[in-house]
Amino acid sequence: MSSLPNYTTTGQRIWHYTFLTICALIFVFLITPILIIVPLSFNVEPYFSFTEGMLSFDKEAYSLRWYEDILNNGMADSSQPKSWAMFWDWLWKALSPFHTATPGFFTDMWENAQWVRAMKNSFFIGFFATIIAVALGTLAAIGLSRSEMPYRGPIMSVLISPLIVPLVVTAAGMFYFYSQDLNPRSWLLGMESENPWILAQTYLGVILAHAALGTPFVIITVTATLVGFDKSLVRAGASLGAGPAKTFWKIQMPLILPGVISGGLFAFITSFDEVVAVLFLAGPEHRTIPRQMYSGIREQISPTILAVATILVIISILLLVVLELIRRRGERLRGITAT
Amino acid sequence: MKLTTVVYAASALALSAGFAHADNHSNSDVKKALMDAQAAITKALAAMGGDAMAGGAMPSYEYPSLDGKQVTVVSWGGAYTKSQVEAYHKPFIAGTGAKIISEDYNGGLAEIKAQVEAGNVTWDIVDVELSDAVRACDEGLAEEIDMSILPPAPDGTSAMDDFIAGTLDVPCAVPTIVWSTIFAYDKSKMPNGPKTISDFFDADAFPGKRGLRKNPKANLEMALIADGVAADEVYDVLGTDEGVDRAFAKLDTIKDMVVWWEAGAQPPQLLADGEVAMTTAYNGRIFNAVAAEDKPFEIVWDGQVWDLDLWIIPKGAKNKDAAMQFLAYSTSTGPLAKQASWISYGPTRKSSSPLVGSYDGKPDLKMGPQMPTAPANFTNALQNDFEFWADNADELNERFNAWLAS
Amino acid sequence: MTDVTHFRDEKTGLLLASDGTPLKTKLRQSLKTSRRRAFMLVAPLLLFIMASFVIPILGLLWQGVSNATYEDSMPRSAPIMRAWDGSSPPSEEMAAAIVADMIDARKAKTIGKVATRVNREESGTRSLFTKTARRAAKMEAPFVAALEKADKDWANIETWRAIKIAATSLTPAFYAAAVDMKYTADGEFVEQSEERQIYVSLFVKTILVAGGVMLCCLLLGYPVAYLMAHLPAKTSNMLMILVLLPFWTSLLVRTTAWIAMLQAQGVLNDLFVFIGITSDDARFSLIYNMTGTVIAMTHILLPFMILPLYSVMRSIPISHVRAAKSLGATNWTAFWRVYFPATVPGIGAGGLLVFILAIGYYITPALVGGQDGQLISNFIAYHMQRSLNWSLAAALGGILLAIVLFLYWLYDRVVGIDNMKLG
Repeated sequence: MSSLPNYTTTGQRIWHYTFLTICALIFVFLITPILIIVPLSFNVEPYFSFTEGMLSFDKEAYSLRWYEDILNNGMADSSQPKSWAMFWDWLWKALSPFHTATPGFFTDMWENAQWVRAMKNSFFIGFFATIIAVALGTLAAIGLSRSEMPYRGPIMSVLISPLIVPLVVTAAGMFYFYSQDLNPRSWLLGMESENPWILAQTYLGVILAHAALGTPFVIITVTATLVGFDKSLVRAGASLGAGPAKTFWKIQMPLILPGVISGGLFAFITSFDEVVAVLFLAGPEHRTIPRQMYSGIREQISPTILAVATILVIISILLLVVLELIRRRGERLRGITAT
Repeated sequence: MKLTTVVYAASALALSAGFAHADNHSNSDVKKALMDAQAAITKALAAMGGDAMAGGAMPSYEYPSLDGKQVTVVSWGGAYTKSQVEAYHKPFIAGTGAKIISEDYNGGLAEIKAQVEAGNVTWDIVDVELSDAVRACDEGLAEEIDMSILPPAPDGTSAMDDFIAGTLDVPCAVPTIVWSTIFAYDKSKMPNGPKTISDFFDADAFPGKRGLRKNPKANLEMALIADGVAADEVYDVLGTDEGVDRAFAKLDTIKDMVVWWEAGAQPPQLLADGEVAMTTAYNGRIFNAVAAEDKPFEIVWDGQVWDLDLWIIPKGAKNKDAAMQFLAYSTSTGPLAKQASWISYGPTRKSSSPLVGSYDGKPDLKMGPQMPTAPANFTNALQNDFEFWADNADELNERFNAWLAS
Repeated sequence: MTDVTHFRDEKTGLLLASDGTPLKTKLRQSLKTSRRRAFMLVAPLLLFIMASFVIPILGLLWQGVSNATYEDSMPRSAPIMRAWDGSSPPSEEMAAAIVADMIDARKAKTIGKVATRVNREESGTRSLFTKTARRAAKMEAPFVAALEKADKDWANIETWRAIKIAATSLTPAFYAAAVDMKYTADGEFVEQSEERQIYVSLFVKTILVAGGVMLCCLLLGYPVAYLMAHLPAKTSNMLMILVLLPFWTSLLVRTTAWIAMLQAQGVLNDLFVFIGITSDDARFSLIYNMTGTVIAMTHILLPFMILPLYSVMRSIPISHVRAAKSLGATNWTAFWRVYFPATVPGIGAGGLLVFILAIGYYITPALVGGQDGQLISNFIAYHMQRSLNWSLAAALGGILLAIVLFLYWLYDRVVGIDNMKLG
């Protein structure tokens, strides 16, 4: 493809290079928007556009103010003294069970800064949603890939459907349902319950919603690793006296692990990136990073959003690398040579 | 310094006059209220030569201890929320130990209604417009507020007397600021810019896109004023079907060139990005873009529609007590005055006015003349008629949305 | 040989298992056990998805045909209004029940909800209701006259007909409204007045946008997938990163990026001015309209097109095209008659996936769509969160869901959900 044989005609040559140019332009279309936000996030002005100073590489036109804003926004007093030494001291005391964190810049930031709170929420919700999705999804994928599985097709369709149903419909349905009192006393016995179980605007509600949205990914990736799975390995294990639990952990699990991990990553990223369900189901204190970005774009457009976006791009690059490594390991383990 | 006091006294006078206008078909106590206001203003004028310091020391406040408590404070985002964060949130967090979760919204009662109806209220205190405050109170969406929790002015004047007369009449709401919807343009792009509200609707003389809030409020009024209706007759005209048709017909003339905005932070952005030639906006947002970011924007005060913002506490708020504490603190003399040094919205306490000095970090930029109620800005102004909007908001919203979609 | 007969039932001649039961039964039993085991593995997730996902959606659909706002708050008048024929003059019984209900509803502060519900059937009745309710406590019989005295709109039969519709909890009114029809008190469906007909055209617009985005993705994705499928593995893996990076980048990051790219002072317009395509004061409006929505959505969904195309193209042996050429086909004929048909499954998979995802898009149109770039999802969210007309939102959502489920079924038929692959 890259080098042309000698016998090509001029017309073919022209077509070949036109084709390459078109493809290059499409790649530019794919990548430029993501790269463009990086320099813009260092803009000294509070707007989304390049200034003349930035284009002439004037040092004055660039600043880190939006990155500082990520940390400071919402703090009671962002002018308190801070240094690396104080940070390590704070971190040590915050992590150690024998100390309480000293009040000061970092405690204030950890407790009050809006983006820091959003980050904590994103990781908290993402972590538990992923755990649920991976546990239930992996089991289901193993069941689904057994040839004896009854009603395989219809069940698969139901389990994959969270991926397909428009998020607004899902979120609206969940909002309505999760706003009801789910305490059995009220819906089974028809009694006014004293402690209603209302999932809307709780962490649990958001976690359950995100887990439901994440499971299809786990099913898809784990099923994919099970396609090449040699069942005689399990039988061999069983015939050598290993119980079902042992064959699962010792034989099946290591083989499907890459699928489980990448499914988990997908589930985590789904939760980490999800905003519609959060918009409908979460209260203000459960705001996640994308929810904060959403209101940032709608309500107080500032390059802080671009600074956060830049950080997220870096995170997604790291994820991409991890995923690639997992894929290679998985292929090696299953004896498929890399293509 | 003396000038600011005079300006503030004058604005307070204008403000109470505005209330008189708004109230005159419903409230029989208006005359008395107006006389009270005038008396208060005379007093303020007398105190002018005294010891009030522009931007001077803020009165001290006894913070309650709210360790481990949290309050979700909902406001309009951007520069306005920032002014509140600086003036109310930060000292409140530092003084009480409470956590504050700051949430942005774009006005209206829909979210509050949804929360109250679903029985799951997550907002603790919300910054609303006057007509929405009245409606929230009428419809049982807001908690009644015991006005005795409001601290007196530093000189001992009770809160009831310290707030500009008439503004504490809504039993569920406490006012914070006076603000205004104006329109603005970029001077550097339009040296001979528009002067009157009619120019905003004159696409031939002033070509280019227009920014308008995606809400009938203030748009209909401005359309009528531009169409030749006198400011004090706007709501009489708007009260008739023909009047509403007339306002929509006027909006029709520029509909094709309108960029609709919802959040208060959008208009300055639209101007800065050149998306529009001129746009309606909340006056403080434009002021802030000029003051903080040196943007060459110019405000046209002609035909401004001014209003109050008030705190309400949604019915069933989870952190009601802490929210009440926050409300009492933020509407005390010092914080109200401090708020006005971050954005050009006038405080609603008389005792706050003399404490307002210049823009934060720019001692030469006096805040007084930037206020919507400053005499020079107040020549053709209209107060948003809360009764009219409380009664007609739903129908007009519906019609407005159908008009937008058609 | 005795061993064999030992496992055979002497009377029937059936094979027996070691414990003496017929082997057939035993096999069926063991199959049953393993089927149950397999099902037990799937059951927890199935239960979870049912409870947290399927039931909520069914509940939403139920909302679309059932709205008990009026009946709950006005229990006396609801059955009386339902029984009314909708054309005879309002009776004293109806009026008395309404007045009595209004007094209670005002006390319970639910009158606003009721007024809003009736107002959805007949615009302008909201203030009529709240106003009348304020005076209801002082009203005396005869109530029809008292109501008409309170407001002349009570003399209008349309007001009463609107109440009749609202008093019926189980109603097709919302689904009718979602397709621009009006359900009347006589049980007929008539067309909405012209200025209120927005949803059918909105559905059409949404489908057109989804189709347009699908086409754009195909046009941009096909050459790229082709290039990557025919490059050596090392180079194509490098290029794959360029496709996967946007895929893994947050939706909001990409939407934000497009705002920075497309706005009037944005990168693209700056570039156009610099090259001289346009002048500084005539910059293109690329965002906050339909153009912005389509560009941003194409970018976001493009990887969903490239990946299935790529995996299909990789599996097409290059020898087929060579064979065609050696048989005398021109390059074009070889591509169009041999290669392209082989990629149709990829086009089907990618296209359907992009279409399904695009038709339910919400965030991107909300942020970059401006007024005319809003799609059906945005209106569903609007009715859920702003106008609080949950039943209409549910009806619109129900129709959208039906469209998507049809496409999903099609996808399953064409591609098979088992073949869905990621990254």
